[in-house]
Parts: sequence; structure tokens; C-alpha cells
Amino acid sequence: MKKTIAGKEVEIDEEGYLVDSPQWDKDVAQEIAKELNIELSDKHWEVIDYLRAQHDEGVEMSIRKVGKSGIVDLKEFYGLFPGGPLKNASKIAGLSRPASCV
Amino acid sequence: MSENEDNKENAGKQPKKVLIVCSKGSLVDVYPSLVMANGALMEGMEAEVFFTFFGLDAVRKATQKKLKMTPVANPAMRLPGSTLPFPNIVGLIPGVSDVATSMMKNTIEKLDIPTTYEFLDMIKAGGGKLWGCKMAMDMFGLTREDLRDDIDGVLTVGEFYSRVGEDTQIIFT
Repeated sequence: MKKTIAGKEVEIDEEGYLVDSPQWDKDVAQEIAKELNIELSDKHWEVIDYLRAQHDEGVEMSIRKVGKSGIVDLKEFYGLFPGGPLKNASKIAGLSRPASCV
Repeated sequence: MSENEDNKENAGKQPKKVLIVCSKGSLVDVYPSLVMANGALMEGMEAEVFFTFFGLDAVRKATQKKLKMTPVANPAMRLPGSTLPFPNIVGLIPGVSDVATSMMKNTIEKLDIPTTYEFLDMIKAGGGKLWGCKMAMDMFGLTREDLRDDIDGVLTVGEFYSRVGEDTQIIFT
């Protein structure tokens, strides 16, 4: 389905994840974050950049990998993106729903 | 309303909280409890695990790194690389359980799945709670000091049930 986010018409799935990663930009990220009641700090952006870089390399993400990334530990990750850290961080980063069980 | 329509209405709905009972202490029994607890936290749900009977081994300081897998009395345990059942009598040979355990640990490591004790760290980091069962601890002569320092406490079964909150599911493993 289509949705207008930050003045851009983007394609999202039923759960609100962007279907097409190239449609993503920082304004889109800001607006998705706002919907999730998350205000993006520099630390958030570091995590988002990391997730996008890993995605580009074809790495399947898990919260464990984020916890070992050196950017945040798991407790910080949960604190930055409350209500499901990897889900919400992926959504803001314009990526699909994480497929990992860990 | 047909069952199908009912499912449709509930599609995408998750419980708000899960209470998981971990009652067995072999590697293959502990993992499901921890995967489900951690998975719930990852979804933004609350999760608590109640360790009882042999499940206590997973949170005992002395045993948490010594969990094993047993190839005995498990008809779904196959000989490596085949569908032939693993003969129970082979499983009884000293050392075979250790081999099976290390094979499983290798597979788990390759799949980027944490050890059970790292999993418990992850659950705590995600705000999950870990409880010991009072009755089982009394039976085994254990005190709170025998359990991981980050255990949230020791509960009676009644106190455990009191942990039920809004829209909570209890899962027994």
C-alpha cells in the first residue's frame, strides 16, 4: 500500500515497513520515528546507519549482532528503541521486518 | 463466526506479556524457554521465566555452563546426517552425550545463537525477569546465593501466578 511520509509517496507493507529501501531518506526516517514516539539522537543514527550498512552487505540482523556491534550494548539498544528494538530500528531505517528469532 | 474469521480478526495481535515455566534442564529443553522469552522481548512484549525442578540448572552458578544434551530416550534424535534413529544403547556409552552436546553447540554457534547463559544476559538486558521456584529449590537444598546474581528472586507458585498482568499467556516448557 502507498503512504505519504515526509511529503514522499512510499510503498509500505501491512506493518508499516518500507517495501522499497531506495525510497528512504533521513526525513522519512524522522517521520517514522515520530510515529513511534522516538526522538532520534546521534546514537540512534549510528544504529540506523549500522543496520543499513549491514543490510547492504546482505547480513541478516539479530539483536545479538547489534549488541556486539560496539555502537550500543543490548540494554542501551532496548532503551533507544523501546517496544521492540530491532523491529523499530529496522522500520525507521527503511528496512523490512527482521527475519531473525534471536 | 468461523474459526477462520476469528483468526483474521486476531491477525497481528500479540499478548502483552508471557510467563514461561522452564521445568527441564537439558540443553534442548532450556533453549525453547529462552528463545521464546527473548523473542517476546524483541517484539516489545514483557517476558518472565520461572525456573523449576531441573530447569533450575540453567540459572545455577555451578551448572549453568554445564548443560548437556542427551541422545537417550529421544526418538527424534537421529544419527548424524541420516534419518536413522540414534540407538539408545549407543547413547549410554560414556562420552557419547558429550559428543552430542559439542555437536549441538557447534551448530548453535554457527547459526549465531547464543549460549544459554548469554541468552539469560540478553533477557535481562531486555528487561525480562528470571525467577527461581521456591519448592524445587527447597527440594534440591538450594538458596538464592546458588543462583545467578541477576536472578530477580525466588517465588512460590502462587506468587508466580500473581505475576500475570493484562493480556498474559503462561507457557510451560
